[in-house]
Amino acid sequence: MIFLANFYKNHKLAFFSSVFIFGLVFLAIITPFITPYSYAEQNLFLGAAPPSSEYMLGTDVLGRDLFTRMLYGSRVSLLVGFLATLVALTIGVLWGSIAGYLGGRTDSIMMRIVDILDGLPFVIFLILILVIIGRSMTLLFLAIGAFGWLSMARIVRVQVLGLRRQDYVLAAQSMGASNLRILLNHIIPNVLSSVIVYSTLLIPQFMLLEAFLSFLGLGVQPPESSWGILIREGAITMEEYWWLLIFPSIVFSLTLFALNFLGDGLRDYLDPRKTQQLS
Amino acid sequence: MVSKHARHSSLPVYFFRRLTYFILKRIFTYIPVMLVVISATFFMVHAAPGGPFDDDRVASPEILKQLNETYNLNDPLITQLGNYLVNAVQGDFGPSYKYPGRTVSELIASGLPITVELAFYAILFALLLGVLSGIIASLNPGKFLDYLPMSISMIGICVPSIILGPILILFFGIWIDILPVSGWGEFSGDKILPTITLGSAYAAIFARLTRGGMLEILAQDFIRTARAKGLNETRVVFFHALRGGIMPTIGFLGPAIAGLFAGSFVVETIFQINGIGRYYVQAAFNRDYTLILGISILITFFTLTFVLLSDILATYLNPRLREKGSMN
Amino acid sequence: MKKISLILFVFAILSCSSQESLDVESANKQGILLLDNGTEPQGLDPHIVTGVTEHKIIIALFEGLTMQNPKGEGIIPGAAESWTISSNGKELLFKIRDDAVWSNGDPLTADDFVYSWKRILTPALGSKYPDMLYAVKNAEDYNKGLINNFDLVGVEALDEKVLKVTLRTKTPFFLKQLAHYATYPVHPNTIEKFGGISNRDSQWTRPDNMISNGPFILSEWSINKVIKVNKNDKYWDSDNLKLNGIHFFPIDNESTADRYYRSGKTHNLNIIQTEKISKYKNEYPEEFKLEKYFGTYYYRINTDIEPLNDVKVRKALSLAIDRQILVDRVTKGGQKPAYSFTPPSENYYDPPTYLPYDPSLARTLLAEAGFPDGNGFPEFELLYNTNEGHQKIAQAIQQFWLKELGIKVTLTNVDWKVYLDRQSQGEFEITRAGWIGDYVDPNSFLDMMVKDRGNNMTGWSNSQYDEFLMKAAFSESEKDRITYFTEAEKILMDELPIIPIYTYTRVYMLKEEVKGWFPNMLDTHPYQFISLED
Repeated sequence: MIFLANFYKNHKLAFFSSVFIFGLVFLAIITPFITPYSYAEQNLFLGAAPPSSEYMLGTDVLGRDLFTRMLYGSRVSLLVGFLATLVALTIGVLWGSIAGYLGGRTDSIMMRIVDILDGLPFVIFLILILVIIGRSMTLLFLAIGAFGWLSMARIVRVQVLGLRRQDYVLAAQSMGASNLRILLNHIIPNVLSSVIVYSTLLIPQFMLLEAFLSFLGLGVQPPESSWGILIREGAITMEEYWWLLIFPSIVFSLTLFALNFLGDGLRDYLDPRKTQQLS
Repeated sequence: MVSKHARHSSLPVYFFRRLTYFILKRIFTYIPVMLVVISATFFMVHAAPGGPFDDDRVASPEILKQLNETYNLNDPLITQLGNYLVNAVQGDFGPSYKYPGRTVSELIASGLPITVELAFYAILFALLLGVLSGIIASLNPGKFLDYLPMSISMIGICVPSIILGPILILFFGIWIDILPVSGWGEFSGDKILPTITLGSAYAAIFARLTRGGMLEILAQDFIRTARAKGLNETRVVFFHALRGGIMPTIGFLGPAIAGLFAGSFVVETIFQINGIGRYYVQAAFNRDYTLILGISILITFFTLTFVLLSDILATYLNPRLREKGSMN
Repeated sequence: MKKISLILFVFAILSCSSQESLDVESANKQGILLLDNGTEPQGLDPHIVTGVTEHKIIIALFEGLTMQNPKGEGIIPGAAESWTISSNGKELLFKIRDDAVWSNGDPLTADDFVYSWKRILTPALGSKYPDMLYAVKNAEDYNKGLINNFDLVGVEALDEKVLKVTLRTKTPFFLKQLAHYATYPVHPNTIEKFGGISNRDSQWTRPDNMISNGPFILSEWSINKVIKVNKNDKYWDSDNLKLNGIHFFPIDNESTADRYYRSGKTHNLNIIQTEKISKYKNEYPEEFKLEKYFGTYYYRINTDIEPLNDVKVRKALSLAIDRQILVDRVTKGGQKPAYSFTPPSENYYDPPTYLPYDPSLARTLLAEAGFPDGNGFPEFELLYNTNEGHQKIAQAIQQFWLKELGIKVTLTNVDWKVYLDRQSQGEFEITRAGWIGDYVDPNSFLDMMVKDRGNNMTGWSNSQYDEFLMKAAFSESEKDRITYFTEAEKILMDELPIIPIYTYTRVYMLKEEVKGWFPNMLDTHPYQFISLED
């Protein structure tokens, strides 16, 4: 509670952002209970109808309730964002801490690999992978995460480089603890806070990537939706049906805002010194 | 004008030698990156289902076999890769499969000027808007003129181009109907919306970087001295403070330009501009193997080069770094 | 300040247009037709390319033995002024016009045709359209590498201007195939000069290199910008040509194309955006064109798979689709519901088949097939290539099947090449498909469904159907032919290995001053007949 109160006092924007995000996640979870419509059921006679009392945000060209589709879409977008971050976090933390902890040759080889991977045009690789293996949500977040861990690995490595000279690590080493044990018990727990902060900033990036891939027609399969798909559909039909573009765009932008503010706020809160350097 | 003097005296042969060494060393590291890019792209495009000659009209197996033979696609992949590398080193990126009679270089030559132009305008737009609003914000810390540009820049960061592009089209192209919504250089004014769409995210980042850099410099002694000496405020800001305050922006210029090239995929797709970003996406869908490889190489090369140039520029402009010779 | 002038400079650059192009009014005076031609053509080599975009340019540059009749579905003489057909229909003698020459002045000879047909049939060239000449004796064998001596192929030059063609069997639509660009002549010396008969990546189609025999010659080709052709003064009928040139613009964005047309930069708008159709129809009735097109949009069923191998199931699937509401509410592009595979044409071939919307009959049939209310019906996959239009239709049909029959379908959209690959490997249950005939004859559709044809891909075959098509090929009278095709069509619509959805239409705009542009099902408008009025 004290944490929350402090956080609220010093970082109001970030606090409201987190409220917004938790609200969104909650809505996404209880989606089936709050909307009477299905995301797939069509009403061809109705077609695209503007917002009305019956359909809060209007319907799409196939007569499906936009609000419902946005709710279901939020599930996909948020899930892809979170899971891809989880993937990036897992690879990045392991890679970075192993490189940083072992140091020397291993470190320089591992970081060379990171440098090389960083030079790759990975958007086209993502496109190719989705084309080759086919398109599914699982693949989407795995692929995005598999490309997004590079900066995470760098951040973790720098931290671990500092940690491994700490007394308690040296003590553990002298007591004959295995490298794996030291990594898991002593090193990784200590880098987690900055990892979590950085993750908050990765989520919006990954959600954006999902939206971009959906925009190119490589997202989840219809009739499922995601915000990216809704924006794509909206952009195609905006001349006639503005609401199909505007509402998903607003919600998506707000979510990105909130996640960015939250990330900034958390960074400030956990490490005020670093913020000054970065901004 | 101490710093000016310092610049001249610290440009000895030693500096250029270090610079040459630095550049050569970096270029040397490009080789593995390029090799990885080429082979990874190569194997991926070949693993993708469907080939360059699949079409609506199903060609007989005999003809497909012939076509594959004509382009040596029946050889083992590793041989094909080897041949490709040998030719690519000599500057021959092969024929396009989708457009028979056209070479990859020819297609790139037709798309690249457009992408470069787009990226150039976007970076110019981002620099002008970003640096100016960063300066304004830094001169009014905590005041309205700080919050306004900084909030707007947050919008620039959070509203991605896939939203900004369509929304700009909706407002300016359809509702107000004053600007063309697609193409490049075909109608007057059709370059404005793509430029803004591509540039705005970077304008926002530049604004934040400039603000941060300026705040740091403005707090330093020599600025206070200059002000105390009664120097004109404009002079202080633009000639003394900006030189240091713009450093973070310049440091980010290379990654920004590299990012602009990646971002041009989206913008060129939204506005249907025939630059290399759009060629790239279409080539992937067409399985135009050679064109994909050619553009991959080009984009990687650009990315690496701009990062390098920006590093050199940052070192050159930053006296502290330069004197320490920290470019290794 | 420097900065401000820099800003002004930038906006000056941004706001000015970089190319000066002709507008319709001055083009009318100069006799230049400005055409919105869709996308950048793959190329201009008549033996290599396959698309509609390319077709529209190639018919300006080259001329075959016959030519599409602009006013109808038949053909008129082209480079051949006349021909005779032997009584068994197998031997044709073409008399090439004495005044037909290449754009460099060389006479157009029968040998040129022999060379050109040899070229398209040369296996190493890898042409996708060699089958346009498969009616010629031994042509298929030569193309497939079964014989290597081209002298055995049924085409020879009797003298400089007389070409003799021997067919393997009587082929009534062969003359129509000769209007297709795949059978057009190319200039042998030029081909040899630029890499020889089997070189796909030849530079001979570049403006300075190309020698052609059509009404126009290529003068400029800028990728993604414009292709310009000028009047060919050496063309045999150049005195009657009214156009001095044509500019083809590759505008692949519908909204840009719309802007081109509205601002008077093109004489036509190739595709009207769906949402603007009704507006343009009402506001510009003189310029608005809605014409039948020789194409069908259909769903292809893999009949090797249970339970889709059951004809009752296929019928039920078809009966559950309300085609009328689909074209009215979903596609909205003026398409016509399709009740036959071959697009009907009142004055030629109008099959009496009908595919009703009858959900209750559909349920009955499904129950008879063992799936009352869709119970126990396995969930299957509907495959289509990524495209907004296909997606809308697929989602609507998915809904029809779920609501009327209780059948669950998953939609899978994949990119174009994956779609083609899976289709040709038979890795699908139902796929979306479209076909546009190359010549107006039921054969160009119905032949596809004969057993083991490359484009059949459904695994379906019916010996009676194949027999009717065979009979049609050998029939003596046109009336009998049509009867046989109609019988075949009935079998097809009864067994439904494919489910026709709608018949394509062409919806476009054309400025009123363009004269001599007649509606026809192939959407072919020979430029020899077109003129511009001031």
